[in-house]
Amino acid sequence: MKNKIMDMSTLDKRLLKELDDYINSLDGDKQEHLILVLHKAQELFGYLPQNLQLYVARKLNLSSARVNGVVTFYSFFNEEPVGKYRISVCMGTACFVKGADKVLERVQDLLKIQKDRISEDGLFTINDVRCIGACGLAPVLTVNDKVYGKVKPNDVDDIIRYYRGLENENS
Amino acid sequence: MKLIDKMIQCSINNINVTVEKGTTILEAAKKVGIHIPTLCHLNLADFGVVNQNANCRVCVVENEKTHRLVPSCAEEVVDGMRIQTDSLKAVMGRRTNLELLLSNHPQDCLTCVKSLDCELQSLAHELNIKEIHYQGEKMNHPIDLTSFGITKDTNKCIMCRRCVTMCNDIQTVGVLSPLKRGFDSVVATAFHLDLAQTSCTYCGQCVSVCPTGALAEMNDSPKVWRALNNPRKHVIAQVAPAVRAAIGEEFGYDAGTILTGKVVSGLKRLGFDEIYDTNFGADLTIIEEATELVDRIQNNKTLPMLTSCCPAWVQFIEHQFPELLDVPSSCKSPQQMVGVLTKTYYAEKNNVDPKDIVMVSVMPCVAKKAEAAREELNKDGLSDVDYVVTTRELAKMLKEAAIDFKKLPDTNFDILLGESTGAAAIFGTTGGVIEAATRTAYEMITGKELKEVNFKQMRGIEGIREAKVKIDDLELNIGIAHGLGNARKLLEDIRDGKSDFHAIEIMACPGGCIGGGGQPYHRGDIEILKKRQKALYDLDKNMPKRKSHENEMVMKLYEDYLGSPGSHRAHELLHTSYSEKQRI
Repeated sequence: MKNKIMDMSTLDKRLLKELDDYINSLDGDKQEHLILVLHKAQELFGYLPQNLQLYVARKLNLSSARVNGVVTFYSFFNEEPVGKYRISVCMGTACFVKGADKVLERVQDLLKIQKDRISEDGLFTINDVRCIGACGLAPVLTVNDKVYGKVKPNDVDDIIRYYRGLENENS
Repeated sequence: MKLIDKMIQCSINNINVTVEKGTTILEAAKKVGIHIPTLCHLNLADFGVVNQNANCRVCVVENEKTHRLVPSCAEEVVDGMRIQTDSLKAVMGRRTNLELLLSNHPQDCLTCVKSLDCELQSLAHELNIKEIHYQGEKMNHPIDLTSFGITKDTNKCIMCRRCVTMCNDIQTVGVLSPLKRGFDSVVATAFHLDLAQTSCTYCGQCVSVCPTGALAEMNDSPKVWRALNNPRKHVIAQVAPAVRAAIGEEFGYDAGTILTGKVVSGLKRLGFDEIYDTNFGADLTIIEEATELVDRIQNNKTLPMLTSCCPAWVQFIEHQFPELLDVPSSCKSPQQMVGVLTKTYYAEKNNVDPKDIVMVSVMPCVAKKAEAAREELNKDGLSDVDYVVTTRELAKMLKEAAIDFKKLPDTNFDILLGESTGAAAIFGTTGGVIEAATRTAYEMITGKELKEVNFKQMRGIEGIREAKVKIDDLELNIGIAHGLGNARKLLEDIRDGKSDFHAIEIMACPGGCIGGGGQPYHRGDIEILKKRQKALYDLDKNMPKRKSHENEMVMKLYEDYLGSPGSHRAHELLHTSYSEKQRI
């Protein structure tokens, strides 16, 4: 009954050590800190592959179903690899009535991928997220931690051009 | 706080009720005889858990003051509260919520495995649903038929989470969890793995609490019908102890009516060639197990010894405590012992080719299906047991064959593997196996006759029990646990070196096999379990022989075929081994 979910050898040892140190540093009942641990794991690995979820489950002595339940409940957590730039389009009520769906559509068209997918060059991932609490700026789009407010579909071109430009500068 | 301070008053349908603080509206209504329909709610208070997460919203009632609908199963009464359970708003609210559930539910009730046992179906009937006013998207998930024990049809799941409560809180197996959110949310295994790839023990307790056909036992009756219809096959049945105390419930008998004779007649009518008693295997198990226990005690080998009759429990230790695989007894379960003997002892005596024998077990258990499929449990490539049907499946087969169960005469088991003692009868209840083993171990150790065979200190329904038995100079410490969550506690003690038991009996299902996942649905009613339990103890009390080693046919088996208890031949046929399995 060996399957790849149980194969932990593909996980970076150095990052696992960092995750272990983080878990060991937590006070009290470690099971209570599942969400914090998942945050840390995603920060380290970029996303939460199934074998990493199982690793966390065993480390915290929780069932893997429980861990997978939490991971799949919150849209913040990714089970698939994510691009260097994570574009999140807010689909909360305020953003939605201000045309967030058009913004999302434009992002998908420009990057030629659907939401929850990674672009061919590995640079971008698109998510739709629920209210991020910036309703005054609706519609809102974020790229990693940077917030863009009152976005019109045409603005998306400039935003993506900017990040592509950053990459070209780096290379 | 004085009791008076804890009491509060409310009114339900204009009837005044005084209840203790913390009482739910549902409980308060029950107190004055007012019925409120429920669906997701499941009161397993006797097992320490109540599923009351107010998911289904079928139990809503109207709060007269706020005019709001509140879920009565979870909302606690506050002082001065006024509730209407039958206002137009409450009635319509319940109907709407139920219709919404039904709008995303397959409508294949006619052929559904749970038809007439389905709580959703009964509720639709009770609430007089004749039309579903909502049409919308429906779930479309593959059906999981990968395991030998349990089928999972997520499309029939109403997200009540009873199975999640059972699997996580009572059994601590943790295979099922709600995944995702909103319309996409499902109760599933981690990463949507096939059940066969998980640490599922197949205890079937999820099946026994599922209100719909989402979780059910694998239906093995078609395979049995095929075998019965094949003239070349010699089809043999065996019947487990707990089946006889519960099958009557499927035919309108009171819980705890022993119907052994009718079950044997019914099986004969279905066309089985021989009908044997799993209780014979139970007596044999006791002799082998007591021999092993005495050897372990006298020769300072691994202690405690754990009973190994329960296949769900064996799965559990293999997945969850692989470092403790030397503690369970190496004895096969009674079902497997009877199985292997039909294909060896019986086959030789009657000159039948073992390949032509089909061994069918009737079990109170879903995990027995998975046990029968274990690779270790075969002789020369032939499985000890070919098919397992549950108590419920046998009842359905009898109905399908138009057999009038109530009118069946009483028939005895066939002779070769059919005799049993009172010690075997109590195998079906928590505490029974270890009591039976103690009766035999006592006489093995002391060489003296055991006068008082009733070890009342081992009986009961509490989740974890302890008993001490004086055997000459030795004080035997016995532990008993039923429900895998309770078993886990005893196992953790063993792992941490804190256990001073000599022997521990574990049964995976609450109540033991009488509460098995394949038994008629008891819906958390512990009174039904107590009646089934009492029936088995009464059966024991009224048996002429009450110690396994007094079973003459078992003794003849040793003389003719096996040699002595614990012999090489006995080990070859009646013992097994365990292996580490992944926890996922």
